[in-house]
Amino acid sequence: MTDHGTLEIRSVGKRFDVAGQTVEALSGIDLSVAPGEFVSIVGASGCGKSTLLRLIVGLERDYDGEILLKGRRLAGPTLDRAIVFQEHRLFPWLRVEENVALGLLKSTLPAAEKRKLVREHLELVGLGAFAKAYPAQLSGGMSQRVAIARALVNRPDILLLDEPFGALDALTRAYLQAELRRIVRSEGITAVLVTHDVEEAIFLGDRIVVMHPRPGRIASILPVDPATRQDRTSAAFAHLRETVLSGLGTGHPVSPGRLAA
Amino acid sequence: MSAVTVIPSVRGTDAAAMPLRRRWNGLILPAALILLWEGASQSGLVDARLLPSLGAVAARGWSELAEGRLALDIASSLGRDLAGFAIGSVFGILAGLALGLSRTLDRYVGPTFNAVKQIAVFAWIPLISVWFGVGEAAKVAFIALAAFTPVVVNTWAGARSVPRDLGEVADVLTLSRWQRLIRLEIPSALPSIFVGLQLGLIYSWLATVGAEYFMTVGPGIGGLMTEGREHFHMDVVILGVLLLGGIGLGLNRLAGLLETSVLRWKRF
Repeated sequence: MTDHGTLEIRSVGKRFDVAGQTVEALSGIDLSVAPGEFVSIVGASGCGKSTLLRLIVGLERDYDGEILLKGRRLAGPTLDRAIVFQEHRLFPWLRVEENVALGLLKSTLPAAEKRKLVREHLELVGLGAFAKAYPAQLSGGMSQRVAIARALVNRPDILLLDEPFGALDALTRAYLQAELRRIVRSEGITAVLVTHDVEEAIFLGDRIVVMHPRPGRIASILPVDPATRQDRTSAAFAHLRETVLSGLGTGHPVSPGRLAA
Repeated sequence: MSAVTVIPSVRGTDAAAMPLRRRWNGLILPAALILLWEGASQSGLVDARLLPSLGAVAARGWSELAEGRLALDIASSLGRDLAGFAIGSVFGILAGLALGLSRTLDRYVGPTFNAVKQIAVFAWIPLISVWFGVGEAAKVAFIALAAFTPVVVNTWAGARSVPRDLGEVADVLTLSRWQRLIRLEIPSALPSIFVGLQLGLIYSWLATVGAEYFMTVGPGIGGLMTEGREHFHMDVVILGVLLLGGIGLGLNRLAGLLETSVLRWKRF
């Protein structure tokens, strides 16, 4: 059944031509993400999880099957979907507040309203004091928070996260994971997170989608009990982590959670 | 909270940050040359008519200034230099952006431009003289052409290498063509554009002297030097050389200052 905020992915496939050969990056992907749900996708490198995200956001327009949002087939980017990439991708010549305001360039809101939204979203990610700074003056974690503010400032229905904390140190990553969980919950956004960090997937996700490579396909979908993800040190957390890791299959090296204990 | 640290701005290349002693190192060679020059002309080893003393050049400069001729010459040269540079760089930036941002133009016009730019700029003088006459317009056109080439080449290179990653951000945010140009493509190409403008400034100043030398005689530093040579007034010629060097240096300093203030974000 199609709800009015549901993201429906129906038998989606994607092929690339690499040096004259056709490589099947994704095959037979079926996934439905309910409004307000947080879905984590884990898989080894090359399993097509980032490709799937690029399809959903609209950067790749050419694919088999259907991706529906609010019952409509997606074709190209629109402002109801936002993405945070692994690199912050801030514009180095724009100040922090101008970078966040990029998200509102297409908005028809009055200028005062836009300024207020930018300020609110900088406060949301805890960077209100750094509005006038340039990206090069920020640490990696701060830059990634600006990128999150830029993605959220439009109030998108769906937030896509492509290994957003992969390039950060363990402490910053743990801190930002908690921040992200708080923000997504408070804004009631639907989120799809791609990661190869199993702990991160459990900590943030309502469900975990395990993908296998060549061709990229869904191997299993595991629900996460809210009580389990509360405590990273609990036995239930460790057990779920083992389940996900074994679901990923041996022979596909995946970091078993890179967070230092 | 390790996520909150601000890296202080570092301006290592700033002259003000350099130790005083090292800042003067660059002046040793010019000072030695002046001493050598002054020594040679004072000692009588060199004919003072061929190499007048520093004092003679300064006196000539002062008298030319008092007559009001020198100011007119400098103003004429600077005026046509800046007019030509402005025209050449405006067209250069527009052409460079068009070539760098349109794959079609790059394919169809790029190779021709790359061939034409191999022609030495002075080779255009006969053609420009015929097309623009012998007056001021021809000189300005020649100077503009000299500035145009380096500005196009560098703007083109800058516009072509807008980071793909940031282009995807613009795609996702569904920026319009115009928003993309203003927020992404021009700022991204700006450091390259400034390299082009700096070169254009040097080329156009050279072309100013060239135009005054090889085209019709009129007011200007080149005219002053031509006249000095014809009357065998070496002090006038040397005065012209010093003025050309000094003004060229000054123009480039100004361009450098403008660049650091526009590209503030690069300083961090």
